Amino acid sequence: MAQALYIHWPFCLSKCPYCDFNSHVRDRVDQAAWAEALLTDLRHEHAVGGQGPLRSVFFGGGTPSLMPPSTVAALLSEAERLWGFAERVEITLEANPSSVETRAFAELEAAGINRLSAGIQALDEAALRLLGRAHGLAEARAALDAACARFERVSFDLIYGRPGQTLDDWAAELSAAFAYGTEHLSLYQLTIEPGTRFATDARRGVLVMPDPDLQADFFALTRQLAADAGLRPYEISNHARAGCESRHNLTYWRYEDYHGVGPGAHGRRGGVATARHRKPENYLAAIRNSGHGIQEERRLIIDECVTEALLMGLRLTEGVDLGRLRRRFGAAVDGALDHRRMAHLQTLGLLRHTCDRLWLTEQGMPLLDAVLGEIVRCEPQRTVTA
Amino acid sequence: MTELSLIRNFSIIAHIDHGKSTLADRLIQACGGLTDREMSEQVLDNMDIERERGITIKAQTVRLNYTARDGKTYALNLMDTPGHVDFAYEVSRSLAACEGALLVVDAAQGVEAQTLANVYQSIEHDHEIVPVINKIDLPAAEPEKVKAEIEDIIGIDASDAVLTSAKSGIGIEEVLEAVVARIPPPKGDRDAPLRGMLVDSWYDPYLGVVILVRVIDGVIRKGLNIRFMQGGTEHLVDRVGAFTPKRVDLPEIGPGEIGFITAQIKEVEQARVGDTITTVKNGAAQALPGYKEVQPVVFCGLFPVDAADFEKLRESIAKLRLNDASFSYEMESSAALGFGFRCGFLGLLHLEIIQERLSREYDLDLITTAPSVVYRIQLAASRTEDARELYLHNPADYPDVNRILSIEEPWIKATIYTPDEYLGSILKLCQDRRGIQTGLTYVGGRAQVSYELPLNEVVFDFYDRLKSISRGYASFDYEQIGLREGDLVKMNILVNNEPVDALSLIVHRSVAEERGRGMCERLKDLIPRHLFKIPIQAAIGGKVIARETIAALRKDVTAKCYGGDITRKKKLLEKQKKGKARMREYGNVSIPQEAFIAALRMGEP
Ligand SMILES: Nc1nc2c(ncn2[C@@H]2O[C@H](COP(=O)(O)OP(=O)(O)OP(=O)(O)O)[C@@H](O)[C@H]2O)c(=O)[nH]1
Ligand code: SF4
Ligand SMILES: [Mg+2]
Repeated sequence: MAQALYIHWPFCLSKCPYCDFNSHVRDRVDQAAWAEALLTDLRHEHAVGGQGPLRSVFFGGGTPSLMPPSTVAALLSEAERLWGFAERVEITLEANPSSVETRAFAELEAAGINRLSAGIQALDEAALRLLGRAHGLAEARAALDAACARFERVSFDLIYGRPGQTLDDWAAELSAAFAYGTEHLSLYQLTIEPGTRFATDARRGVLVMPDPDLQADFFALTRQLAADAGLRPYEISNHARAGCESRHNLTYWRYEDYHGVGPGAHGRRGGVATARHRKPENYLAAIRNSGHGIQEERRLIIDECVTEALLMGLRLTEGVDLGRLRRRFGAAVDGALDHRRMAHLQTLGLLRHTCDRLWLTEQGMPLLDAVLGEIVRCEPQRTVTA
Repeated sequence: MTELSLIRNFSIIAHIDHGKSTLADRLIQACGGLTDREMSEQVLDNMDIERERGITIKAQTVRLNYTARDGKTYALNLMDTPGHVDFAYEVSRSLAACEGALLVVDAAQGVEAQTLANVYQSIEHDHEIVPVINKIDLPAAEPEKVKAEIEDIIGIDASDAVLTSAKSGIGIEEVLEAVVARIPPPKGDRDAPLRGMLVDSWYDPYLGVVILVRVIDGVIRKGLNIRFMQGGTEHLVDRVGAFTPKRVDLPEIGPGEIGFITAQIKEVEQARVGDTITTVKNGAAQALPGYKEVQPVVFCGLFPVDAADFEKLRESIAKLRLNDASFSYEMESSAALGFGFRCGFLGLLHLEIIQERLSREYDLDLITTAPSVVYRIQLAASRTEDARELYLHNPADYPDVNRILSIEEPWIKATIYTPDEYLGSILKLCQDRRGIQTGLTYVGGRAQVSYELPLNEVVFDFYDRLKSISRGYASFDYEQIGLREGDLVKMNILVNNEPVDALSLIVHRSVAEERGRGMCERLKDLIPRHLFKIPIQAAIGGKVIARETIAALRKDVTAKCYGGDITRKKKLLEKQKKGKARMREYGNVSIPQEAFIAALRMGEP
């Protein structure tokens, strides 16, 4: 049963041009109503699938650092009351580095947050402007100093492979990042997502992305430099000192169950996929009308579970534990894999395969999506509604 | 029936994209044929493929009622026609059923090749031509200049040209008034024996075979026994009507009118376009002049990817052919590709469209071979076989070279009309294609040049090149002049060291190397990068004559995974799989279907 809980806060101060997360800008947010709604949703989730204790809680967004710390506190104490917390529970909150949010760090810590993930995105003034971020470099640095002083565990995000960025620029920015000595870093290569302003700009030719070969160089350099700095790449975009990986995110990648509450949150519990209403107003209405925010709840067929497990698991450096998957899903695991193509990719040096484990080589990592397309047989799935 | 003086039959003709279908939309709306709610853009382009590509493929006829300024209500039969040259025969059939034409010319583009080709046809029919200068809303519109062009190049009076913007609905009533005032009403004798021109026929899943008919003399009504004068079959008319564009039933169709009938006809083959319809009893003695037969220009093989789909392909081709009599097909078998069909098309666009319709509407996965011609090969005796003659339809069946005594290929005589200024480039094109010039004359500012050309040099992209180097102004016509021996060889294309049979072709030795290089270069762009590097080679026998390499893909990964939203990743994978399903796999390499034809298009020399 699920031992991870995700809570989504859907609001941001402004919309970043590259972002296609479920984030919304609103003039006013009725904080009391939102606190109440999330609590209601949380209780419903526990009632249908609760069994503790929780090993991790993650506040994601949007910008959850804009939540009143009292709401964070209320949600955590309710979660603990319902599920209980395991020893050394990991409780992460994503924070943006504006001064207001930095000032709330003390209260957030008091509320129970023990891991902070800061949305720094760039350590370069011009890049922050290009990325349309609401903060400047000074704020970013201040936020990082404050976070490191305050929280036991800190991670932050950077976006690289930006238009105009050179490999040297990036190496310098990375060493500035390593200087903070955090245990964890998420380094995302900029991609153009449909429906974002960057997508429009790219189509018009206003935004020119690095060519694919340069992107490959960026990717390799990033992993190399992070590893040299003691931050081992353990997932496509995540790097950590040994034992400091994000336990919560590992839950997704290892395809273990998790609860997801709040607008647009997804969950997996016991072969059932849940998805909440995305739009804040619809979500509130759903809570009012039915006491929970679930928009869709459906039972996945085994083949679909296996596909998901492969999609997620191969993102990890450790790859997928086929033995464990076979115990969970039986013969469907091998049915989902194209062994002929796997053998071909193995000879190309992109993939490794033992009887119990399947993983990508360092050379295969930047080609994950193409590799998945080759080896995972995924018929468009028919699904059974629960 | 409608009184003759109140009928107007006209076609809308133009170069491609000058706005015929959009003008038809406005005319339909102005006459109340469809309400605003029922209307969509280019409403007559109702095939999926027409809507997607934004072009008209099939001519459509609509009957409209228009109350003119003179207070009388007229029955207008409007025929919207295609502009692309591959479908020119649709225009000629429509023109034969009319007394006049709206010649639409784009106010910014001016007169272009198909403007000329179509208007000359219309003039041949002694039509009244009403010039319509469209798209006057465009900033680049130059209606006065275009008027002058119409007068100078075509030689018809454009002083009364109607200025329109079909898009913004300007000048629509003026068009309708011009139709009523300038296009003559049809002639005809209600009491004479029935003579109806079979303008078009198609298969409708609900009605069966539907016939579009223009009645010249007499009357067609339900219950009448009719006879096709050429086809010789007899049928009982069970439905008479018209499209407004909605289908309506009518009691009868009288002289001068255009409408449809159904008559329990099983196969469209029986209702041949161009035939004359008359009554069984007291029929007409003299048939109407028929239409010129359309000639397929490009041939290629269509094979099911999965041999088990052959029957399905046969049925689908037959069904498709019911609605498009302009392509031909005959069964073909190939050692490499199994059973399939060798089909003839009016051009490459036509080929592409048929191929796409088969795969989409009939859910068939097809391999299209290189467009080609039929060769005659003399084979020497072998240890097991006597000497014999072989007709080679498919390069994949190319016999053992050692047995070949001679190969002959079909030649054509081509006649090309072009404005002077493009003559130089056209002569060079013909020369590059192994042409032999046989004549050159000048008429005004235009040149007429004749060439003898091997047909296999014409089928790929001669048409496209001719059009592009003459900016659309040159027109082309041809006839077959028999077989001639040539130094022809088979060229194989190897992708990742495996020969791809659907890409092999027969070429003249003198141009083999250049063609091979071109194909390799194009394939390099057409085949997406893979996880490994892919050599592409052109070879004659064991000898490689050209080579390119596609570098391996280096980066393809989604950086971020959104919380627990796996569904999204899964959609991405499914999309990727769907894309793959549209490709053919050769030795671990996925080749997009379009590549098989696109590889043959020769770019700028
Ligand atoms: N600005 C402007 N655009 C127009 C006008 N009339 C048509 N168009 C546009 O021109 C394009 C071609 O219009 P169609 O009506 O499909 O042209 P067509 O002549 O029927 O094309 P084919 O049937 O393929 O030969 C479309 O994008 C129309 O929206 C006009 O009056 N003004
Ligand atoms: S702050 Fe984060 S969630 Fe909000 S718009 Fe920017 S990138 Fe998206
Ligand atoms: Mg059209």
